[in-house]
Parts: sequence; structure tokens; C-alpha cells
Amino acid sequence: MERVDCIVVGGGLAGLAAAYGLAAEGLEVMVLERGNYAGAKNVTGGRLYMDPIRALYPELWEEAPFERAVARESITMMGDGAHTTVEVASDRFAGAQPQSYTVLRARFDQWFADKAAEKGAMIVPNMKVDELLREGGGDGRPGRVIGIRAGGDEIGADVTIVAEGVLGMLASAAGLRAEPAARDSALGFKEVIELPAGVIEDRWRLNEGEGAAHLFMGTVTRGMLGGGFVYTNKESISVGVVVGMAAMLQQAEPVESYKLLDEFKELPQIAPLVKGGTVAEYSAHAIAEGGIARVPKLFGDGYLLAGDAAGLSLNALVTVRGMDFAIASGYHAARAVATAKKAGDTSVAGLARYERALRESFVLKDLETSRAIPRIVENPRLFMHYPRAVSKLAESVFTIGAQPSPRLAKTVWKGARRDFLSLATLKDLWSLRKM
Amino acid sequence: MNIDAKLGLDVFKLDKEPQIVVKNEICSTVCVNRACLYVCPADLFELDDQQRIVVNWEGCLECGTCMICCEKDALEWRYPRGEFGVQYRMS
Ligand SMILES: Cc1cc2nc3c(=O)[nH]c(=O)nc-3n(C[C@H](O)[C@H](O)[C@H](O)COP(=O)(O)OP(=O)(O)OC[C@H]3O[C@@H](n4cnc5c(N)ncnc54)[C@H](O)[C@@H]3O)c2cc1C
Repeated sequence: MERVDCIVVGGGLAGLAAAYGLAAEGLEVMVLERGNYAGAKNVTGGRLYMDPIRALYPELWEEAPFERAVARESITMMGDGAHTTVEVASDRFAGAQPQSYTVLRARFDQWFADKAAEKGAMIVPNMKVDELLREGGGDGRPGRVIGIRAGGDEIGADVTIVAEGVLGMLASAAGLRAEPAARDSALGFKEVIELPAGVIEDRWRLNEGEGAAHLFMGTVTRGMLGGGFVYTNKESISVGVVVGMAAMLQQAEPVESYKLLDEFKELPQIAPLVKGGTVAEYSAHAIAEGGIARVPKLFGDGYLLAGDAAGLSLNALVTVRGMDFAIASGYHAARAVATAKKAGDTSVAGLARYERALRESFVLKDLETSRAIPRIVENPRLFMHYPRAVSKLAESVFTIGAQPSPRLAKTVWKGARRDFLSLATLKDLWSLRKM
Repeated sequence: MNIDAKLGLDVFKLDKEPQIVVKNEICSTVCVNRACLYVCPADLFELDDQQRIVVNWEGCLECGTCMICCEKDALEWRYPRGEFGVQYRMS
């Protein structure tokens, strides 16, 4: 059996961050990726928050193929025929050190794979891992992971870093985590629509190189958990929809999921933005939304779980994260394995420092702080009632009718009493305090 | 643009073996929800004239939604072999 120090399953952000760090430490590391190249299977919204990861591999980010620095954040609550947008711009969003960049994964992941290869990592595309090899398991215990089987070949390693993404097929088959459940998963799908850079900057009122992130909630998912998104890339935009799987299953009259995106694009506030653009790609991916309650044990004898494979992602409605967690967990995985190798102990005890490092970092801290979110956002009123009610109230404030108008305070009071002063709202507010 | 035209924009390398197999003996006996018919973002599942579920797996985007949503474990689902399946160029 061929042997290396470390095998990384999956050339996504978690796997590549791990491989880069391990190779930089001089370890022999092999990344197995089932796609034709790193990124070939990967989908994000999306944008990468930089501040959490900037200090991890500082030399990398200067030359990374980012799309645009996000200068403006918007969220739109969509009701019936009326919608309300909150738009936030800050000099600090896209200043000297932008807080987030939009990315396209095929480009970004290939670049990252090249960087890892420059450090000495062996990147093997077109290679699907079929099984995690174990020894000494049984009676519900996974035993020690000693390597992998891929396309009839077996490769041994001191440590296998499982960074296979959200479905966690290999890890769950080996009993290292549970299979994803509908209640903890969302479906995201999007179109990448090409538009000239100048058109993007005009339509979104952006300075050169700057970008916008825009989320939509309410009627776009017909009140189901989720929402729509638009991110501006250099010469394209990513337009998509995220919808909770359990919410889809609970629909009284199910709608075909793909239609939500067509409806979204046809909305009067979206249609002019995508007009004249050329749809270049259509993609879909699952998202882990269970939060920390669904994060499995992150290490064991001979293995670590990183990124989406470990459920490290967070949808907090106005911010969506996963890529920064993936990179940070890969980074900490590399450090833990390098230290464990030097100490000659890649057993459970030797690898435990990985989970400790994640607990001390923003990764598990932020997930812990957000523990309640996955259950809070199961409340359908957040996606149905409030976007409508807010828009209805805002509309009434801006409406002048043929009849003499009441005092503004009275209009607001009337709307508030109608839609916001109820026991249900108080209960919702009470639950939101844990957001 | 209809869903088939959208899938037509993507690059697929087709494997010989299907990556999704529907166990219709389960679908036709215990499944009432038939979620696969509406959750799939590529709209790959449909009923044939005998009300059996068929899947046009060639257009699979490998998101796993059907597998996660199928409450009766009526789908045999796996990634295509390495090298095959959808290959995104952007996303
Ligand atoms: C629609 C959508 C919007 C999102 N928006 C954002 C956002 O705005 N910001 C953000 O931070 N996050 C966002 N996320 C989440 C983010 O994309 C993920 O958290 C992140 O991609 C996880 O990275 P990863 O490396 O863990 O997994 P992945 O990127 O999924 O990588 C896993 C890799 O493993 C490979 N693989 C799997 N199985 C095997 C196997 N058996 N053998 C070999 N290789 C295998 C895959 O091909 C893939 O390359 C979004 C996700 C979606 C779907």
C-alpha cells in the first residue's frame, strides 16, 4: 500500500487550506478531488469574509482571484406588491482592507490548489474516494482511520483529513458523523449571469472594483425558510435562491424548487438588474444549517473532519458564512496534524488539539454564540408575516390618498397595531433575543 | 429560459452508470409525499405513464437534495465516479 503522511479528501476550501498548511510544514500531503479540477463541483453564494481568516495565511490573500470587494449590503423584505429595503454602506466595508469579497469557486479553488501545489502538496483531480479505510473498529466504534480506497487503489496515511463537503457521505458511512437531515439542510441554487463590468458598476452604483451583496426574504421563497440573493462579481452576477429542505417538504401545495429562481428573476425589482445579461451557468448545492448542535466530534484516531463535512456553517439571515469556517478549520487541521506528527502521536489524544484550537478560535465560538439560530429561523412568520407587514406599514407611510391624510403617527400606530402588537409578535421578539 | 436550457449551459461528463437509482417498489407502496418530484433544482424526476418515478440522472447537479428529502430511502444515490458528472466553470 502506498503511504503518505496525510491524505486530504476533497479539494474544496477546507481541504486546500489544510493541504497548503501541511505542505508548508514539509509534510507529504495528497489531496484527492473527484472533480476535473479543484472547484469543479463547488458552489457558493457568495462572498468570503476576510477578517476572520486574514491573519491565517497572510501571504495568500494579496494575490487571490477575488471578484469584488463588497462595499454595500442590502436586505429586502418582500411583501405582496410592496417591498422594503435596508441598505448599509460603510467606508470600512471596502476600504484598504475590505471585510468581504465576492468569489466564484471554480476560479478561486483552482488558484488555491495551485498555491498548495507550489508548497509541495500533491493535488490529484478526477479521483473519487470510495471509502475511508479503518482498522480495529466494531461495536459502533469507528476504529482507527488508516487511509482511503479510491478507484481500486488503497493509500495509507498517518492522518486522513475528511473535507468532503456538506453531504459527508464517506464520514457518515464510516460512522464518524450522522447523515444530513432535511431539518438541518437547505438547498441553494443559482445562475451566474454575465454582464460587462461597467454595466454592473452603473446598475449597482459602484466604484470600479467594488461590489454589492443583496439578500431578499419573504415572498421569494413563498414564506419558506430561506431567501434570494444577488452578488456582483467582476463581470457577472450570481443570482440565486436558498430554501430550507424541511420547509419545502412541509408545503401544503408544493412548488417545484427551480421555479422559485425564475419567479425571483422576473420580479420588477430584479428583472431590470439582470436585463441583457447572458446566463452562463446554473448550479445547485446543499447547505448545512443545523448549527453547532449538529457539529459532530471533529477528530478521532487517525482522522479529522473539516469545513462543511463537519457542519461548520452558519446562516444568520443577514450574514451567511461557511467559506471562512472552511478555510480556518483547514488551517487548524494542518497545524494540529503537523504538531501531532512531530510528537509522533496521531491517535485521538494527539489530534485532540484540533478541536481545542477550533474552540478557541472564532469557528466554534461563533457557532456556539449562534446556537439558537437554526431553531429560531424555523418560525415561518419570519419569512411570511414580517416581510409583508413591514412593507405594508412602510407603504402606508409613503402613501398620499385622495382623502385627507391622518397624522403620520396615527398611520404608523394603525399599521403597528394591525401587524405587530400581538402575543405572537411578542413571542417572536422574545425568541429573537438569542440571535 | 426553461430548466432544460439552463442545464444545457453546464458542462457534464457522462458516466455510463446512473448515479441515482429509484426503487419504485418503495415509491409506489409507502411514499405519499413524492418529494423528489418537486425538490430537485434540476427537475430531473418525473412520472412515467404507469405512475412510476423515473429520473433523468444525466442532468444531476450532485446537490444531494433528493437523497436528503427522500424520507423512505427509496433512492440509491452516489457521486459519479471521479472525473464524471457536472463540472462547474464558475459558481
Ligand atoms: C448557494 C450557497 C450560498 C452560500 N453563500 C455563502 C457565502 O456567501 N459566504 C460563505 O462564507 N459561505 C457561503 N456558503 C457556504 C460555503 O459555500 C461552504 O460552507 C463552503 O463551500 C464549504 O467548503 P468545504 O471546503 O468545506 O466544502 P466544499 O467546497 O463542498 O468542498 C468539498 C470538496 O470535496 C470533494 N469531494 C467530495 N466527496 C469526495 C470524494 N468522495 N472523493 C474526492 N473528493 C470529494 C468535492 O468535489 C469538493 O471539491 C454558501 C453555500 C451555498 C450552497
